[in-house]
Amino acid sequence: FMQRGLDSQTKKQLEEEEKKIISEEHWYLDVPDLKKKESCIIEERSFLLCEDLVYGRMSFKGFNPEIEKLMIQMNSKCKEEEIEEDDKMEADVSDEEMARRYETLVGTIGKKFLRKRDQRVLKDDDDDEDDEIEEGNSNTRPSKRAKKMFLKPQD
Amino acid sequence: MAAESGTAAEALVGQVVLPGDLLLLPAHYDEDAEGERLRLSAGGAPQGRLLCGPGLRRCGAGLLVTKCGLLRHRPAGGGAFWVDSQQKRYVPVKGDHVIGIVTAKAGDVFRLDVGGSEPASLSYLAFEGATKRNRPNVQVGDLIYGQFLVANKDMEPEMVCIDSSGKSSGMGIIGQDGFLFKVSLGLIRKLLAPKCEIIQELSQLYPFELVLGMNGRIWVKAKTVQQTLIIVNILEACEYMSAEQRKQALAKLSGN
Repeated sequence: FMQRGLDSQTKKQLEEEEKKIISEEHWYLDVPDLKKKESCIIEERSFLLCEDLVYGRMSFKGFNPEIEKLMIQMNSKCKEEEIEEDDKMEADVSDEEMARRYETLVGTIGKKFLRKRDQRVLKDDDDDEDDEIEEGNSNTRPSKRAKKMFLKPQD
Repeated sequence: MAAESGTAAEALVGQVVLPGDLLLLPAHYDEDAEGERLRLSAGGAPQGRLLCGPGLRRCGAGLLVTKCGLLRHRPAGGGAFWVDSQQKRYVPVKGDHVIGIVTAKAGDVFRLDVGGSEPASLSYLAFEGATKRNRPNVQVGDLIYGQFLVANKDMEPEMVCIDSSGKSSGMGIIGQDGFLFKVSLGLIRKLLAPKCEIIQELSQLYPFELVLGMNGRIWVKAKTVQQTLIIVNILEACEYMSAEQRKQALAKLSGN
């Protein structure tokens, strides 16, 4: 079809003929389109989705404790309230104690990962807090801190 | 070609339907609603899709009944219609939990008898924590509680003993001792209903363990053989006993 020098008229005629051919074919495809609308009904052969059936494995009066736990788990998936109650009951340590513990824990573990320089600073800070009486040392502290900075060599 | 006009589905809920009955659905399920449809539901249209359960088939205008039984309806979650029918022979359905008996080991796969037309296959990797080196200890004659992964009329049914998250959640090999027997499928569904009186009354008697398979098989285990047999007899008989007869029988037993 890529003919050079085709007049615009003949091009249009060719396009129209192509469209006619295509539209004639399309005519057959129009009919199936109508049938696609029926998608509101799902067919399935399992009773599980129709009725609310319970889990099939059961144990009574403590015959098999694992299965009794499983029964509570499986059957409470439908009822979310029971799950929340279970979580509250199983907490051995109360929330307040956990919060207190974490406060101190974060500090001690944080110290572990400090680099050496930072650890010295920490120690100095601790000593500062402890030694309130020894004021004589306060003069040496600034000099020690000054040492850590880069001292330009004097000519 | 029988040119019967169908009746509205909601009018027949709870009544006996026979194969060949055509049920019409309320108009909001049909996109091209024509004026001849009966519209009984006055309330708002339930949203979501309608579930067409076992015993029913979608057929152009509405639902065609394929089994005889009682028509049931559940209005929640988009609505569902199904036929409550009675049968003894099990047809494997995907997602059902069943009890299977191992009949053969064929290489990496176990063959299980589930009471259907074909034996189901179960791969040794379909157990929790199973790897190629860590194989489950399954012998011929063992009982297995699992669910169907594939179950249609064109292929051999396949079972697995883990769920979609990889946990066994109660499935797998059922332990030693105990008693396996067969009942009709309707009784199993009755026993698995959310608040089943039979199970509640039995649980007051003795401590025992019970596994119900949707293929009609029940496995019971209690402390002594006599207790096990008593429970088996009650479960088999309660299909045809009325509630009062059952309570009398249990009262006699708990008195002994």
